[in-house]
Amino acid sequence: MQIKTIASVIILLALQQGLQAQNDLLKGVEDSTPHKQYVTNAFKSSRVINGHSMEMLGAGVLDLRILHRFGPVNQGVSQFFGLDQASMRLGFDYGICKNLTAGIGRTTTNKDIDGFLKYRLIQQAKGPGGWPVSVVLVAGMSIQTYKNLDTSKTISFNERAGYYYQAIVGRKFSERFTLQLSPTLVHRNVVVPADDNDIYALGIGGRFKISRRVAFVADYFYVANGLPHDVGTNPLSIGFDIETGGHVFQLHFSNTSGMNERAFITGTTNKWGKGDIQFGFNLSRVFTIKKKPGFTKAG
Amino acid sequence: MKKGMLLAAALVAGIMTFSQDRIFTRKGEISFYSKAPLENIEAHNKAAVSVIDKATGQLEFSVLMKGFEFEKALQQEHFNENYVESDKYPKASFKGKMADVSKVKFTTDGSYTVPVSGQLTLHGITKEVTANATIAVKGGLVSGHTEFTIVVDDYKISIPALVKDKIAKTVKITVNANYENMK
Repeated sequence: MQIKTIASVIILLALQQGLQAQNDLLKGVEDSTPHKQYVTNAFKSSRVINGHSMEMLGAGVLDLRILHRFGPVNQGVSQFFGLDQASMRLGFDYGICKNLTAGIGRTTTNKDIDGFLKYRLIQQAKGPGGWPVSVVLVAGMSIQTYKNLDTSKTISFNERAGYYYQAIVGRKFSERFTLQLSPTLVHRNVVVPADDNDIYALGIGGRFKISRRVAFVADYFYVANGLPHDVGTNPLSIGFDIETGGHVFQLHFSNTSGMNERAFITGTTNKWGKGDIQFGFNLSRVFTIKKKPGFTKAG
Repeated sequence: MKKGMLLAAALVAGIMTFSQDRIFTRKGEISFYSKAPLENIEAHNKAAVSVIDKATGQLEFSVLMKGFEFEKALQQEHFNENYVESDKYPKASFKGKMADVSKVKFTTDGSYTVPVSGQLTLHGITKEVTANATIAVKGGLVSGHTEFTIVVDDYKISIPALVKDKIAKTVKITVNANYENMK
């Protein structure tokens, strides 16, 4: 009886040895408490197509942006499907810190100079204490600096200026799908009597990632009190983002050729239904200007 | 009654022995270094989890991909989003064993080199890896160091042609860990 007991004890110990050896060593040590994890890369770029996206530039990163908009495609071969008429915006965005971006740009149309400050109030995060959406605030200004050819009157600085204010609320629903809403107010100092100084619009932007580097994007602004119904239309742009290394190419079709908020929200008159669609592209190239301080190199 | 107590005592003794055999760390340092014609890239992770079983020679590592810090914010972003896809594969891990654990005298101060082989799982792909590990014992405290290279393509991490001169095909990985006893 006693031998049997001792034998069973030894067998039990031996079995335990075997079991423990196969056990995951890390299980007792790994930190399994859920941590707050910020969500990144909801969009591949800081713009959806025309409007600002909920993405910010990293600290110390400079984004060189070249935008091209061509003429309507339905003009046919004589205008090379609109490619003969090109307008361009050259801009620079800079990440001051990870939640603050500043940018300036100049558009050939109306010689529009624009600038903005973009501040991320809340970043979407998973885990305890995380918000389900990102909230980003943008305030910008644009000045139409075209030369006044009419010598009988002067155009003051005030008359040339316009401002916009935007609150972007966006969520990366999954690795593939992001959606954001941006209520916007555009204020123009001087407008024709039939127009309102304050224009309210709601932007809707979304992206659907097709592969690691290619995404389908759509950018729409519903203008609540824009130009009279038979003249003004809502800007809608649809296209693809292609990302390679530090470049993001956005190729799209749109009914607007405006490249800043004031231009595309208050100045769109083309209709998708009539085929007044223009091809355009955005080219974004990011550079690291400031490296992370305190990074100790080993190699 | 006696039988039961004996069995219970054996079980408890068994569990106690195993805790004493294990050493761990949650602050292991894992770095990798890529040397290419146009750019050298390095990243450090100072929160790797590791456990060594001194009795069996089993050695395991686990590291969160998002914990790798780069000098340039863009490199870190692209690393996570495009290369290792850390949202899909949040961790990399190594499960292996020292070839001959008896060669390492954990109770005697000194430096012991021993080959370790096992399976490295990265980007969802698992491959066999073998490397020489140097285990140093000083004042009863154990620390480990190893260096090895991996072929990036082995783990289905694709490098687009446009950046082939900025990212090397083989990457050197360095591991340093200071262990403490499991309580």
